[in-house]
Parts: sequence; C-alpha cells; structure tokens
Amino acid sequence: MDSSAITATSPTDRDTDVLSATETQLRACFVLGLGGDAAQYRLFLHGLGSHLRAYLRRRLPRAQADVEDILQETLLAVHNARHTYRDDQPLTAWVHAIARYKLMDFFRAHARREALHEPFEDDGSLFVQSDVEPADARRDVGRLLDALPDRHRLPIVFVKLQGLSVAEAAQRCGISESAVKVGVHRGLKALAARIRGSS
Amino acid sequence: MKTDDFIAMLANEAPPVDRRAPGRRFALALLLGFAAATVLMAAGLGLRPDLAAAIHLPMFWLRISFAACIGLAALWLTLRLSRPGVRIGARWASLAAPIAVAWVGMAVVLAGAPHGTRVALLLGHTWRVCPILIALLSTPTFLAMLWAVRGMAPVRPRVTGAAVGVLAGATATVAYCLHCPEMSPAFWSTWYLLGMAIPGAVGALIGPRALRW
Repeated sequence: MDSSAITATSPTDRDTDVLSATETQLRACFVLGLGGDAAQYRLFLHGLGSHLRAYLRRRLPRAQADVEDILQETLLAVHNARHTYRDDQPLTAWVHAIARYKLMDFFRAHARREALHEPFEDDGSLFVQSDVEPADARRDVGRLLDALPDRHRLPIVFVKLQGLSVAEAAQRCGISESAVKVGVHRGLKALAARIRGSS
Repeated sequence: MKTDDFIAMLANEAPPVDRRAPGRRFALALLLGFAAATVLMAAGLGLRPDLAAAIHLPMFWLRISFAACIGLAALWLTLRLSRPGVRIGARWASLAAPIAVAWVGMAVVLAGAPHGTRVALLLGHTWRVCPILIALLSTPTFLAMLWAVRGMAPVRPRVTGAAVGVLAGATATVAYCLHCPEMSPAFWSTWYLLGMAIPGAVGALIGPRALRW
C-alpha cells in the first residue's frame, strides 16, 4: 500500500489518505533538503527509495534483479533534477514523471540487450528457425524491434519480452487492450516479413 | 553499491539549490539567441530601407505581434515541458490561438481582395526565400535553448524539441520582421508560419537524442 504515493491509478479513500500523508511528509523533507539540510534530504531519499522500490518491483515482475539498479538510477535522476521541482506542484507528480521516464529508458535498453533471454511462447517459432549465431540474432532482434513504430514495438516489448498481461500493457501504453493485441500481432507479422526480406 | 550507501553519498553531495538558476539560464539563452538573430539579420540581410516609416503602420506591429505571441506561447510551453510532471493539456491552445486569429485575418483579406490579386497577396515577392531565411536565423536561439533545456529534465523530449524549435523560429521571425518588406497578412500568416515550422520539425526530429538525460 505504501507504493500508492507514486501510482496514478484511481485511489480509494484510504489510499488517498496515505497518499496525501506521504506527499506532505516527503515534501517537507525534500523542501528542507533543497535549502541545504542534508539530514532532511537523506530522510527524503530514504522514504522515496522505499516507495520507488515497491513501484519498480510491481512493474518489473521478470527483472527483480534489476530493481536495485534502476532504483539507484532513478534516485540519481531525482537528485540531479531536484532544481526542476516547482513549489506549486505536487511532489508525487514530479517524482512519478521522473520514475516513469527512467523506467521507459530501461525498457528500451532492456529490449535491445536482452531480447532473446526471454521466452517467446508460441510465437517463438519465428525466431527459432533462424540459424545465425545467438549473439548476432540478439543484436538483430533489437535492431528489428527498433525499426517498428511504437504502437507495435511497445506491445511486443511489454507482452512478449516483459511478460506483462495484455491489460497491464494496455495501461502502460495508454491504449486499449484490443489495440495491444493488434499491435503484437501486426508487429510480429512485420518482423517476420522483415526477416524473410533480409535473408 | 548498496542503496543505503548510495543514498548517503547523494545526501552528502547536496548543497543548497539555487531555485532561480533555471530562470536565469532560460533568459540568457533567449536574449543571446534573439541578439544573434538580429545581428545576423542586420548584417546579412539589412534592415528594410523604409523602416522609419513602416513603424508607424499598424500592420507592422500586427505582424510582429503575430510572431511574438507564438514565441511567448512556445516559451511558456517549453518552460513547462522542461520540468517533470507539469501538465500541458489545454495549454496547447495558446499556440493555436495566434495562428487561428491570423488565418481569420488572411481569410478576410483574401475574400475582400479584387479577383486576380489574391495569388499576388499570398505569394508576395519573397515567398521562396522567406521560410528558409527564418529557419536560418532561428539557429542561434535553437542551439541556446537546447542548451538551457538540457540543464532541466524534459520527460517528453520529442515534444520539447518541437517547442524549442517553434520558439527559436518565432524569435527569428521577430528579427526578420525588421527586414521583410511584405505586409499582407495573407503572406505572413503563411510563410512566417512555415519558417517557424521548419525549426519546429527539426526539434521534433532531434529532441529524443539531443534532450536525453
């Protein structure tokens, strides 16, 4: 429940209370930290860190090992961008935007780097037939995925590589569930066509 | 490194933040960019010879305020886009409003013009070079504003790049107004706008790379 501070999903009344309490508390520490109070700033980073950890764990069910890395990267981003916070702005919105930006960054890099480490389920036959070296193939899949438009690439990355459900992927991309399914289907088709075309 | 150690390290490197530094950086970038565009225009193209007479015409000021309004809107949006979690939403209308007003003006002028003169009103004498010159003059502001925004944290780099481009284009257009002899709203609400759209498109193209952080 403590992670509700950095999610944007319609909160219930109890969540709202927790959320506003966290917001008030963290914001007070943060503003004092901006003024140069290192102890308060450390309290803020600690509080934020535990919220972010829960947030990242839920969003990276297949990459728990990466959670601490991304957490530190996000904390560093928050630290480096702390002068961009506006006093009239909810701290939650500011932090959430940074966390989402860093998470998307990770998804992009991860999709390129790790594409072939993830199981492909029933669509795997497409790639299994390839006879090139695994290292080449991994690089090529990343490159092929990069060539797809976001509406096809993101559903594939989320559903096929990250192993999210269609509903989660739809929420993440901000499109409907059927659009995610269509995106996966058409994206894989386009990938197949590209592979046939280049071999 | 353990996250707790990492946090301790960050907290030890946290001097007080100067909250007005971003504002100064943006102001510096905009002033330098506008000054450079004006100098480039004066040196390369020259002020229009009848400038002293032209500044008494309402149309001269209407034309400059078209560019200035777009520039102000683009500046406002750029400032918001360079901070995480600040929404834009309906504020895009601030950019659309001056364009809509100018296009209504263009429609009125063209509708009232005698048959056969409309194309001349629209094309003027300089339509071939006008957008290109504006795009060239926008370069200093474009680079300076990219530098300023890179010191912030834009989470939508493509859109931010486009806003920076339009802002640079509008700044260049204000300077270009001191050179350009064309006074018809049909001319400037078309070709000036195209001139601003070119750096806008460039900004959208390079934003994801240039504004990564």
